[in-house]
Amino acid sequence: MSRFLRLLAFAGLFLATLAHADDSKQKVLVADPFIELHTGPGRGFPVFHVIERGREVEIVKSRTDWYKVRADHEIEGWVSRDQMVATLLPTGQPVDLHEPSRESYTSRRWQGGVMAGDFGGASEISAFGGYAFSDNLSVELTVNHILGDFSNSVSATLGLMHVFAPEWRLSPYFTLGTGIIYTDPKSTLVRSEDRTDQLGYVGGGLQFYLTRRFMLRSEYRTNIIFTSRDDNEEVDEWKYLGFAFFF
Amino acid sequence: MEVSRLRLLFLSTVAATALQGCGMLGLGKDAAPEAVPASATAASETPTVDTATTGEPADKKPIIDPKVTRREIARSQIDTEDFELGAYYGIMAIEDFESHAVYGARIAYHLTEDFFLEGTVGVSRAGRSSYEKLSGSAELLTDDERDYTYYALSAGWNVLPGEVFVGKNRAYNTAFYVVAGIGSTSFAGDDRFTVSGGFGYRVLPTDWLAVHFDVRDHVYDIDLLGDKKIVNNLEAHLGLSVFF
Repeated sequence: MSRFLRLLAFAGLFLATLAHADDSKQKVLVADPFIELHTGPGRGFPVFHVIERGREVEIVKSRTDWYKVRADHEIEGWVSRDQMVATLLPTGQPVDLHEPSRESYTSRRWQGGVMAGDFGGASEISAFGGYAFSDNLSVELTVNHILGDFSNSVSATLGLMHVFAPEWRLSPYFTLGTGIIYTDPKSTLVRSEDRTDQLGYVGGGLQFYLTRRFMLRSEYRTNIIFTSRDDNEEVDEWKYLGFAFFF
Repeated sequence: MEVSRLRLLFLSTVAATALQGCGMLGLGKDAAPEAVPASATAASETPTVDTATTGEPADKKPIIDPKVTRREIARSQIDTEDFELGAYYGIMAIEDFESHAVYGARIAYHLTEDFFLEGTVGVSRAGRSSYEKLSGSAELLTDDERDYTYYALSAGWNVLPGEVFVGKNRAYNTAFYVVAGIGSTSFAGDDRFTVSGGFGYRVLPTDWLAVHFDVRDHVYDIDLLGDKKIVNNLEAHLGLSVFF
């Protein structure tokens, strides 16, 4: 448990580093007839001010699809991305504020996400992160927490993932890799002994492009656990549903 | 038991997605053509108009050479505040084992203005059950086993965004949200697969600070008292978080 928590904390720190951005203020010119300033970052918040075409505004920050801008007279409000993409740089060029689209997936470098499923009858929670070498091929590290009736396990796997058609909205993929699994049988069992084993897996799945930088995933893996006993253990692993994002 | 619940969770998610048509997530938005600002095309045409009126050859240097220092706006230069990091403190009722203080940490990532992902880690402590008190000395759990730790990975939906008004001149952004997730609970010497859900209310005194009030239910199976049963551990907490 504590081992898994530590991993989660590291993942959090990693995300925090990614999210950090230089906060030097950016100025843009309004190109639409006017832009609307909302009181909050959401479509339902009331419009309290408008800024006309040709005026300069400063981008203070952004949250999801909304940009906080500061106009002269120190008026601050939230503008939707749809209106911000129509603003111009001081040089007259349009501002590139478009969100990543399905085409951006092929130029991704990093990806990550979480999945939930079933590991040989036990419930499984997974977190994964990966780096893409090319459009199709990436390397992925997965950490799994497996909670069963007779034992609990923590496993970490490293493998290759090949996406057959990264340009399609729904694409199958193939995965192959190896890892280690630490199993802690329930204390109520007689033959209770902690053990760490190596495992190998082969599997496949489907990924579905949702919107922006987000995907859904579903995966099957067949695992072979190289136990210290006479027989190796074969485990079917179904990751029913997962949520993934890419950068 | 645990598997069937997970399957149910999965199926209901699929059903919810199919019924709503993913409209909230903005599906299909990427297919919409990009808006080209009218003045952007106008700006590119301006030089040709100028040379026509002044009679200058097109390949000559422009008369007015604007010494504008070019500043590129990269998306990475804009301060995005989609992450939220915070801590909370409250009370947790552990079924059969009294209510005690709970504290924890929370990280959230806001996907859209409607949806967010959330990871929480919390710590509490179990008291003594009625059985233990009545029987006098029989202890069901050791001291270490009374430590209660959980983590949850959840998805949240801001159902009712809005504002609250304090006096005449103050308005704060708020949201009432619901969350559901999966995770694990470490209690009574074992880790258990846990399904959690609940609701919360968030008030933002400033753009980057949020005050939360949350109610969560943590559900798992336990066979501590002989046969297996489902327990519901209710938690209510107050939290503070920072957007970054």
